[in-house]
Amino acid sequence: MRPGTIPAEHVLEVRGVSKYFGDFSALRRVSLRVAGGESLLIYGPNGAGKTTLLRILASLVQPSEGEIALDGVRVERHSTAYKKRVGFVSHQTFLYDELTVRENLRLAAKLFGVRNLETAIDSALGLFSLQDRAADIAGRLSRGLQQRVTLSRALLHDPDFLLLDEPFTGLDAASVVALESLLRQLPMQGKAVIFSTHDFAQGASIASRMLELDRGAVRYDGAMTDAPWAALRARPEEAVRG
Amino acid sequence: MRALDILWTLFRKDLRIEWRQRETLASICVFGVLVVLLFNFAFTPAGEESLRLLPGVLWIAFAFAGILGFNRSFAAERQNACLDGLRLAPIEPGLIYLAKMLSSLVFLAIAEVVIIFATALWYNFSFVPSIKWFVSIVFLGTLGYVGVGVTFGAVAANTRMREVMLPVLQFPVVVPIFIAAIEATSGALRGEASSQFASWVRLLVVFSVIFIVLSFLLFEYVLEE
Repeated sequence: MRPGTIPAEHVLEVRGVSKYFGDFSALRRVSLRVAGGESLLIYGPNGAGKTTLLRILASLVQPSEGEIALDGVRVERHSTAYKKRVGFVSHQTFLYDELTVRENLRLAAKLFGVRNLETAIDSALGLFSLQDRAADIAGRLSRGLQQRVTLSRALLHDPDFLLLDEPFTGLDAASVVALESLLRQLPMQGKAVIFSTHDFAQGASIASRMLELDRGAVRYDGAMTDAPWAALRARPEEAVRG
Repeated sequence: MRALDILWTLFRKDLRIEWRQRETLASICVFGVLVVLLFNFAFTPAGEESLRLLPGVLWIAFAFAGILGFNRSFAAERQNACLDGLRLAPIEPGLIYLAKMLSSLVFLAIAEVVIIFATALWYNFSFVPSIKWFVSIVFLGTLGYVGVGVTFGAVAANTRMREVMLPVLQFPVVVPIFIAAIEATSGALRGEASSQFASWVRLLVVFSVIFIVLSFLLFEYVLEE
């Protein structure tokens, strides 16, 4: 799906965002506009700033410069209205090891003010075939199962913007297929999906658009179909050599 | 109404986790009782001397038990970056502080009951004659201590040497609480008229209120990376 083929009801904008950690600049004046119905792959070598950008979008990290805007309105620090519309899957699972899968999801659902709590939880469990695992203690699950619970958790409140940082980590083949299918379906429902992955082929098969980051700066931002393929294939080798 | 619901949800989560792992309560009770026991062996106080030592011994035991509890209270949140999970939610960050404060207050209060019973036993001392003021002072002192402890526990949770950092950061700030609590406890246990230690109690109230309100309002900055 090409960007702009679906009416953009929701627009998330990154306006000249930079992030410094001491002397190190993790992001340098990144600007970006993502509309509902888009599927954006954030691609780049290690240290490119993918995670920092996603954490800023999730409002876990405040930018050093620039701002984030939602539907044209600047997102204030700890804006609850913004957080309600964003779901985030990180490298970490955000799961309490001592609680069961259902208890973890119930906690998240209550914090996000989800209505029809148990129905929403059952539905989220069903997305990744976790119904039989609902009563299991989260800390005793394998990494792959925990990742499935994390994905379910991020989707519980039906966010308009789904942010995923390396979401395929630890998933088995069936779960990868289920997640790929979900990431293709969500834009069709007017949701925006923004995700990073090191597997370029996998990302390219899902995303309609790509943002390539290199040492914190935008190197390419455009439709997946227009991406400079040959150059992209060469860049990981450059990164290894460099 | 939603704020109260969120507060209750977060508080219950902490209780449930503690019920399943039983680490915090067990460790702070044992540690607090050991402190009291060691002081008893070191000083073997009797009669009037017990009365002179007891307030200090009790508050030292509470302080050590508390520091252990505050470190533990953020251990579950550090695991799997659960604190980030809470920060993603559309809730007032101050509610995370209040819920953590309530659960820490409950855990420390339980430990204090155990420590006080052990103290009464080993020091052969009855707290009953001054129970009303004694309980009030212990409550106010603990409230202020927990109010500060949870804030610095959250600060220390993001540092590398958190077990060391927490007491280093926290103790200078809580000194006024401990001075006021020890002086007021001493007066209450001696059976003095309440007017004689009322100024210390007022200090406890003022310090607790100021610190809890400030922490509630500023907790979002404490949680930031």
